[in-house]
Amino acid sequence: MNTSIDRLVTLVAGTLFGFGLSWATMIRPEVVLSFLTFDDLGLLFVLGAATGLNLIVFQLVPRLRRRALLGGAFEPRPFQVDRRSLAGGALFGVGWGICGVCPGPALAGLGAGNPDLLIALGGIFAGALLHGLTVGRRECPAPAPVAAATAD
Amino acid sequence: MSVVANMFNLLFPHGVAPYLVGGLLIGLGVAVLYVVTGRQGGASTVFSSTWSWFVATPFFRQAALLDSRRWRLVYAAGFVLGGALYLALGLPQEASHLPAWKLALGGVLIGYGARLGGGCTSGHGICGMASLNRGSMLIVATFMATAIATAWIMKGLGVGA
Repeated sequence: MNTSIDRLVTLVAGTLFGFGLSWATMIRPEVVLSFLTFDDLGLLFVLGAATGLNLIVFQLVPRLRRRALLGGAFEPRPFQVDRRSLAGGALFGVGWGICGVCPGPALAGLGAGNPDLLIALGGIFAGALLHGLTVGRRECPAPAPVAAATAD
Repeated sequence: MSVVANMFNLLFPHGVAPYLVGGLLIGLGVAVLYVVTGRQGGASTVFSSTWSWFVATPFFRQAALLDSRRWRLVYAAGFVLGGALYLALGLPQEASHLPAWKLALGGVLIGYGARLGGGCTSGHGICGMASLNRGSMLIVATFMATAIATAWIMKGLGVGA
């Protein structure tokens, strides 16, 4: 696989994502919090449009093509839910309900000129480190989905 | 008819167009990455995979993080770039005014919870649900419920947005 094309497409995909988050005003924590308190349910359309589009893509494209355009395998999502991951989801929700920031908008909002989000990003990095140091001591979890040998 | 219109304005005071268009652009980013490279592009794993450059414990040395850390960093850089592009085009953007303690406390919980939960709003919410993964749907229902409860409690305590 051509790595530089791969990197360029990955950058463009991320840029579309970040631009979309900005357009949807999800980079403003206040907008997310007003969704969670039912003052503006517009975020339902963000999730609905993004997920609806990819429901078609994820279900249809692997049936039409054996491999991705650059040759990599289409990744499955081998996630198995258990009590611990449900606890993680619950904690994520509490954090989201406190500050209205999620990982993607923290990055996009920083680019759009909201330096306050550096504090949230610092917190997210710290939380991820804390997770790796505490959970990792007991076991390595099932691998997150990664691309096949073509990843790098 | 006006009752319906009033209801709509109450639920969607800013209309639905920016949300719909933004959601489609977000979805397009995920779709492009998937169709071209085969990868499912959640946003939260980068916070673990990036630590793998600095922390050499078995958890951070696992193949899933080492093998994906480069593209994930490029993908995350794209997020920042997308926001910067929005700013550069002079599109409407209001500053937010959230106290630092909420961003810090919320951030740590988000980072820890997303990694323990195996994903966030994009990993489970978009990729997982588009994959029809039942576990992801359960996680989404869980974090939606706790986020709504937390936001209402904060609002009730007078420390909401």
